[in-house]
Amino acid sequence: MDFSVFLQPAFSGGGTYLDWVLSGIKWTLLVSILGWVIAFSVGSVLGVMRTAPLAPLRAVATAYVELFRNVPLLVQMFIWYFVLPEIVPEGLGTWMKTQMPMPEFWSAVLCLGFYTASRVAEQVRSGIQSIPRGQTEAALAMGLTLPQAYRHVLLPMGYRIVIPPLTSEFLTIFKNSSVALVIGVLELTAQARQISEYTFRTFEAFTVATVVYLLITLAVIVAMRALEHRVRVPGYIGTSGK
Amino acid sequence: MFTNFDFDVIERSLPYLWQGMLFSLGLTALAMIGGIVLGTLLALMRLSGYALISAPASAYVNLLRSTPLILVIFWFYFLVPLAMKALSGDAYATGIGPFYSALIAFTMFEAAYYCEIIRAGIQSVPRGQVHAAYALGLNYWQAMGRIVLPQAFRNMIPILLTQGIILFQDTSLVYVVGLTDFMGAASKVAQRDGRLVEMYLFAALVYFILCFGASLFVKRLQVRYSPASR
Repeated sequence: MDFSVFLQPAFSGGGTYLDWVLSGIKWTLLVSILGWVIAFSVGSVLGVMRTAPLAPLRAVATAYVELFRNVPLLVQMFIWYFVLPEIVPEGLGTWMKTQMPMPEFWSAVLCLGFYTASRVAEQVRSGIQSIPRGQTEAALAMGLTLPQAYRHVLLPMGYRIVIPPLTSEFLTIFKNSSVALVIGVLELTAQARQISEYTFRTFEAFTVATVVYLLITLAVIVAMRALEHRVRVPGYIGTSGK
Repeated sequence: MFTNFDFDVIERSLPYLWQGMLFSLGLTALAMIGGIVLGTLLALMRLSGYALISAPASAYVNLLRSTPLILVIFWFYFLVPLAMKALSGDAYATGIGPFYSALIAFTMFEAAYYCEIIRAGIQSVPRGQVHAAYALGLNYWQAMGRIVLPQAFRNMIPILLTQGIILFQDTSLVYVVGLTDFMGAASKVAQRDGRLVEMYLFAALVYFILCFGASLFVKRLQVRYSPASR
């Protein structure tokens, strides 16, 4: 075991293998966090649609969730990167193939975001559905419109109830970001493999990657616990720090 | 958009894709069985009152659950041949193919997830059942094997199967080490014939039909096994 390998100058270009690791961490964080922004916004809209009292809205959201949940992420990654430019209108397709900046990166972000949105939608839906019906009825009886009831009553409650499952979705997106390596994003796992191929220090390379993933997990859990504590609803069972 | 679509490439490669599908299904089934067996042991360890037994199991589960599956696959691709060399003394570690490395990786990875499901299942069995079993003079293994686990597994069947569907989707990741599962076969044909659009959309369709169908089946089971209807 010899971790000094990370201080050696890297095979190509300037810098050391440690720089490869750091660059990998940067891309892992960028892909995951941008993906999460999409996942959280799209997922929230879909989650609300799934509880809406309008059958067509529910049907669209249900179809979305089933479609994205039942196709492996790897396949979706290939479709965003290889298939989408071929089936969109030709002008856009040509732009995506020739001029789009960082096509691997943005394909990975969109893919992860829209994939995770289907999972976030399910959590938001279950959060909203776990609120007693009386609260909606009370809100409507007080003269709020349905959108206002969602905005001021259902969503603020629902989000807080589902913080624990949303935390695990947030953790999952960091792990799933490693799938982006199949379309050439040099994130952490890809860098670990590359370092192992150049230096034959496989054990060291994979250990460092594993430790970084563990640290990311720990950081997310601590941050989410603090958030959960800050926004907890007084009197609700199951929120931390009762 | 389908004017240039070449359906023929799918038809031509069906036997090859079928071989890949058998590989995917086989890997899923074996890893599921292995994962459930190992996951049950881990769950029993985690529920043990002795820290010496529960701590290693918790550490293992938490470690595997915070590592991406692709990295776990890489790890076992590296470690399994090393372990075989050490065990057999055979410098080239012959006799263990890439399939077994993948199988071991998936079994070890899924065991961590199955452990958590099974632990929750065991905890859902009322404690009185355990006390009653001990009062009748059963020892730990008898109480677990004959009283607690049968009830726990009955409650868990739907969620164990759902995890199986996730596992089936995850087996597509053996692509990263070049194995020819269904996705591997589809992408090899896609690259050989330059027919990426057709093959990837077809692969997505097949995965969707299988996983969606299976999830409908699980949903029906769930209704049948729900405590209210028993």
